[in-house]
Amino acid sequence: MNKNYVNLDVNPCKMCMPMGGSLAFKGIENSMILMHGSQGCSTYIRRHIATHYNEPIDIASTSLSENGTIYGGAKNLKHGIMNVMESYSPKVIGVLTTCLAETIGEDIRGIIEEFKQKKDISCLDIIPVSTPGYGASHFEGYYHTIRNIISFYNEKQAIPNEKINIIVSNITSADIREIKRIIELFQVEYVLIPDTSETLDAPYKENFTKIPDGGTSIEDIKQMSGAKATIELSVLIDDIYSPGKYLEDLHQVPLYQCPIPIGMKNVDSFIKALCTITGREIPVSLVEERGRMLDAIVDSHKYNGEGRAAIYGDPEIVYAVTTLCNENGIKPMIVASGSKSYKIRDLLKLNESVVIPDTDFETIHKYVKELKPNLLIGNSEGKFIKEKEGTDLVRIGFPIHDHIGAQRKLYVGYNGSLRFLDEITNTLLDIKHHGYRERLYNEFYVNKGGNKNAQL
Amino acid sequence: MKKSVEAYTLEDRKKHIVVKEKNKEQGIKCDQHSISGAVSQRACVYCGARVVLNPITDAVHIIHGPIGCSSYTWDIRGSLSSDSEMYRNSFSTDLQERDIIFGGEKKLAGAIDEIVESMSPQTIFVYSTCVVGVIGDDLDAVCKQAEKKYNIRVIPVKSSGFAGSKKDGYQAACNAIISLMDDKEYKIDIKDHRTLNYLGDFNLAGEVWILNNYFKEIGVNMITGVTGDSTIEKLKKAQNASFNIVQCAGSSIYLAKMMEERFKIPYEQVSFFGIQDTANSLLNVARLTGDKKIIRDTEVFIKQKKADIASILQKYKEKCAGKKVAIYVGGGFKAISLIKQFNELGMTTVMVGTQTGRQEEYDTIKELAEEGTVILDDTNPTELQKFIKEKGADLLVGGVKERPLAYKLGIAFIDHNHERKLPLLGFEGAVNFAKEVDLTVNSPVWNLVREG
Repeated sequence: MNKNYVNLDVNPCKMCMPMGGSLAFKGIENSMILMHGSQGCSTYIRRHIATHYNEPIDIASTSLSENGTIYGGAKNLKHGIMNVMESYSPKVIGVLTTCLAETIGEDIRGIIEEFKQKKDISCLDIIPVSTPGYGASHFEGYYHTIRNIISFYNEKQAIPNEKINIIVSNITSADIREIKRIIELFQVEYVLIPDTSETLDAPYKENFTKIPDGGTSIEDIKQMSGAKATIELSVLIDDIYSPGKYLEDLHQVPLYQCPIPIGMKNVDSFIKALCTITGREIPVSLVEERGRMLDAIVDSHKYNGEGRAAIYGDPEIVYAVTTLCNENGIKPMIVASGSKSYKIRDLLKLNESVVIPDTDFETIHKYVKELKPNLLIGNSEGKFIKEKEGTDLVRIGFPIHDHIGAQRKLYVGYNGSLRFLDEITNTLLDIKHHGYRERLYNEFYVNKGGNKNAQL
Repeated sequence: MKKSVEAYTLEDRKKHIVVKEKNKEQGIKCDQHSISGAVSQRACVYCGARVVLNPITDAVHIIHGPIGCSSYTWDIRGSLSSDSEMYRNSFSTDLQERDIIFGGEKKLAGAIDEIVESMSPQTIFVYSTCVVGVIGDDLDAVCKQAEKKYNIRVIPVKSSGFAGSKKDGYQAACNAIISLMDDKEYKIDIKDHRTLNYLGDFNLAGEVWILNNYFKEIGVNMITGVTGDSTIEKLKKAQNASFNIVQCAGSSIYLAKMMEERFKIPYEQVSFFGIQDTANSLLNVARLTGDKKIIRDTEVFIKQKKADIASILQKYKEKCAGKKVAIYVGGGFKAISLIKQFNELGMTTVMVGTQTGRQEEYDTIKELAEEGTVILDDTNPTELQKFIKEKGADLLVGGVKERPLAYKLGIAFIDHNHERKLPLLGFEGAVNFAKEVDLTVNSPVWNLVREG
């Protein structure tokens, strides 16, 4: 059983499709999002993203009311596009549907076509993406939206070019900056999508602009179908949602799917893909970084050997973190995700762990009580379990609402993996150091060695 | 100033903005549905219902719909409990595509069965979301059947997101609460004149507790906060109060009116934000008891409390006076209290807006506001940015979504929202509020920001 209840999800470990769609569009240059649905969807999603990134998150809504629901929301959608154009002058408007728009059967493509015929919007692209909240989770919504953005600009094949496509998972802005740095070491041109390195971690400027600088440019996206290869940092997404698969199937762009480069093996496979595609040797500085990581994991292996982790969150992150834990002797006791990525079981092949896709926090909590891990690794939604069970939480993923700086934490590459591993190791060390005098005193002096269950 | 309203504002929005001019009749367009594409800061009907009902600590709150509505509202508010922690869970029927096609009634009934079996709750609230309103699930029927089957209360809350505004959600919640109170078993014959309910407070950061301590000091009995730190049992007893007081009018005045009609309980609006409002409201409570001793005790209590905090407040006032404030909050009553509270600290409000303020509240705001103050209804980031800059505000007070905007604009920010972890109510709250203002307005980081 994946969940404690059959008909209920108690304390969700997933979000809705439009959330994934919003996160994807936030990495597109000069873009705005218009959510076709009731006012709450955009507001809740804005709050959820803004608290994680500490950045203003503007997402417009067509604010469907009862009238719109009964008679159709075409008028709202067209009016919304006009107002967004006037207030934000974006180059791209991503129109995401919601539960409501999908259930009443809104034909957003048709409405947008109609709108385009009547108004002159030659310098604006309107990209419709169908993201019903009940369709799948934010995880699928994210890739599905990137796929739609790419297909919007690549119906015809572009002129073949030497660029590499990099499709990233929902990782931090700092991670994206690191991935760019690594690729640049190979002295190769690339298109990275969605690029939230600046948009969701914008520097303070004297003149604030409502649409942040940065993001993947349309010009770049248009070249993706002519690229030399695609590296997709995903091994769990279904083919129907995969942007890389689209480029491979339709435009014969060779696809390399790698896990998020967290953990030595995962970074290795990312670097290997880059070597294969570019035909270049591993840059010296990366060899050094790898060596430094290897040196460090040897230093800390005994501390890590006492780690017993419950890992949860987005499937791709969970997969990468589990690999990192495995290679360092941290036992993954519970590997959980709210999305339905059952593939993770086949890929991880963990016989002694509880691997549960399509689950909720109530169920994760039950296993935490039962298996007593000494670490939680995941987003801040695990705070509930942390609070109740007193288990330490090492944060990674989205959302992180109870700490600041989530967007500038580095997890990928040899440098990022090591920083993250150090964070895990130090948490274990803190647990060990905290109260060991008292523990040993109680065990051997008071109980005279009688307490057989004593452990870290 | 007028010119700028023209330049920065969508045509549809212009009537929602007023720049105060003395001796001039100035109505503001409010209480309207949000404009498509305007990037309103408002939420939806479901949000309104959840805000009001969720603090009922021992109830099970089931959100009947797809997952998002449940994810984004799981334990995000600062309502505290002295008893059960049930309300901190988020139960969702997590509707999938097949449920949208074939209907979600069976799943909901199954969900209730499972919850009753595992947790045996006394009361379950079932919130409807957007899709449920469209696919036509008969929530009433499912809930009624479950009530019969288990002999507990299963209360449908009609909160489909599109079916109105946050205010309609408040009403749906109030309807659900009053349906609990109609329990004859809990009715007593003779009411105590010193007994009240405290409506429209959600016990954020323990604010109901602070108030209850005051009530005890002055000799008044609170049956329950509604809904802060309430339980089903307490709410059923609420019908026995001699009078009600209402803090957050936007969410709870409707309930007060229904209780007056049904149980003949009169009500009065109060506000415990700021020293003056707190003092006035406490005196008001004392007068409502009609008890001379209580009135005298309250006067003494207020005097003492004011004296206790006078010197510390004076210290903060000296540090904060002269700063200019922009306010953007949910309800009108809160905005009014805030203007007064900033005045107490010697600060001037230059911009003030609300998500769902009512016409009469805007009238009061206009009366309190200085000449040239910008008054906004259901505004958006574009307007906030322009008016904050133009009016030279040093500080914004608002919700979570507005915080990063203030910081990007290089101004201070006060969290005055449902997530707060610091009580801002009553005398203690007034000190916290001043401290919070000082903490942000006088932070040394602004020197670095200004130096660039």
